[in-house]
Amino acid sequence: MAITLSASDMPSAPLAARLTTPQVWGIVMVTPYLLVFLAFVVYPVGYGLWLARAPANYVALYHDPIFARAAVNTLIFLVIGINIKMLIALFLSGFFVQQRAWIKWLSVLFILPWAVPSIPTILSVRFMLNPEWGMVNQLIFKFTGEDGPNWLNDPAVALTMAIGVHIWKSLPFWTLILMTGRLAISQDLFEAAEVDGANWWQKFRFITWPSMQTLYITCTLLSMIWTLGDFNSVYLLTGGGPADLTHVLATLGIRYLRLDQLSLAMASIVCALPLVAPLIYFMMKRLSR
Amino acid sequence: MKLASLRDITLRDVGTEARLLLIGIPVFIWTMIPIYHMFVFAISPKEDAFSGKLWPTHPTLHNFHIVFYQQHYFLRDFWIQFWNSLVIAVSVGALTLLIATFAAFSISRLRVPGGRWVMNLALFTYFIPAAFLAVPMYRTMGNYGLLNSHWALILAMVTIASPYAIWVLKQASDKLPVELDEAAVMDGATALQIFRLVYIPLMMPSLVAIGTYAVLLAWNEYLYAFLLLSNDKEITLPVALGNFLSADDSPWELLMTTGFIYALPPAAIYYAFKRYMVGGLTAGAVKS
Repeated sequence: MAITLSASDMPSAPLAARLTTPQVWGIVMVTPYLLVFLAFVVYPVGYGLWLARAPANYVALYHDPIFARAAVNTLIFLVIGINIKMLIALFLSGFFVQQRAWIKWLSVLFILPWAVPSIPTILSVRFMLNPEWGMVNQLIFKFTGEDGPNWLNDPAVALTMAIGVHIWKSLPFWTLILMTGRLAISQDLFEAAEVDGANWWQKFRFITWPSMQTLYITCTLLSMIWTLGDFNSVYLLTGGGPADLTHVLATLGIRYLRLDQLSLAMASIVCALPLVAPLIYFMMKRLSR
Repeated sequence: MKLASLRDITLRDVGTEARLLLIGIPVFIWTMIPIYHMFVFAISPKEDAFSGKLWPTHPTLHNFHIVFYQQHYFLRDFWIQFWNSLVIAVSVGALTLLIATFAAFSISRLRVPGGRWVMNLALFTYFIPAAFLAVPMYRTMGNYGLLNSHWALILAMVTIASPYAIWVLKQASDKLPVELDEAAVMDGATALQIFRLVYIPLMMPSLVAIGTYAVLLAWNEYLYAFLLLSNDKEITLPVALGNFLSADDSPWELLMTTGFIYALPPAAIYYAFKRYMVGGLTAGAVKS
């Protein structure tokens, strides 16, 4: 920056003298964060990327069937899981803006999954699905006299359950956000549409959706970024099992780490960068205005 | 004529109400099942816990007694772990508030050179998926010699909490009128005096929201806690809960009781500060 300035633009006084007192205070006050950023973001990320530099890591990943499976699982989680979640959230936001006393009370309860920590609730679901003692199979046995399925032992079912747990946990948050979006729409528009005899689909199609689509898409992308880092839903429910078939990239990195294969862990994360980078770029552009 | 139209209206209302209930009841069941299941376990004696009853025959608070008096092998450090969780959560809340408020004030009010850059760096950090940063963070803490120390978890959680904190606080402080600072400067106030006497009082609602956010984030954190802490006397409650799983004969009813106790404080805090949280956080979470 300073290099491009001509000599006449540059005051000859030293840097410290050119700064006003508030600016000096500004620098002092922003320094703590910069230190945290340098010590715990720049250094780890740089160090991690340096560890992941050897091509041998990527060859090893390529030959590890667990990695391929985890990548596919992550895509399923993101593309199917998140879109289903956001569609439900969009639908439920329309339900929760209805003016009823009981819906108000329901919305207070509805936020609970978001308000409580994930460990106890996910473990609760895990126990519920236990093939022998879990409540689900006990009830199935009680009513049909037959043994229920071994829920978490089938990779497809287990992954579906993990997605279900994720949806259970984060649906309230997104519903709440989309509700604020809906409440920002002027009620006059709906009344005018009512007079013109519009049905609910037309109201949604021509009033609600146009004013909410930016918010909806932002939410979907943000949710995808966060879900990439969702370790708990899979790890606490299935532990990556059976036979390491339900790992996602978030749990796989930690798995390699636990096996003391740090460079492999970093390499698996670097492989996810092509997926993350465009999302981050888009969100940065949107939020840093 | 009049009567018929009246009946039409009530019929339509009943239909709408029924349709709303048709959505509301499944939503209620879906939301409550895991929580109810946890609660039933917490009040079930051991023999009832595995019988698949929807309500225990002899509901009891005995499990809570066992947890509070640490009368089980898995629970012998319950209170220490509870204390660890508390200390770490409060430290993260305080440190995040301090760092983020300074940074937001500096960027938004003092217009520090390069402030925009700092904001963008913070935002960028906010978008790194937490589980991805955890891998190099683990190694970094090892290099710093902080592994198994509470500072490792505190500093890691401050790193994760502060970007969003700075962003929300900057959004909020951008809305304060410039004239306030100018008037204070006219009266001869220094930057620090403006910060202390003008800025902090006006920002109180956002500060409460951010403090709560950081405390809850740290209290609820599992992954970083489980990577960075391992000693039984140093770990936090969620890690202890996770350790239950490693044994085949895990006492589920005690695990669920401990989990229930662990989940109560954040739920209570959330509902107590709901009006700050909803106003301060959701509005900031997604600016459209």
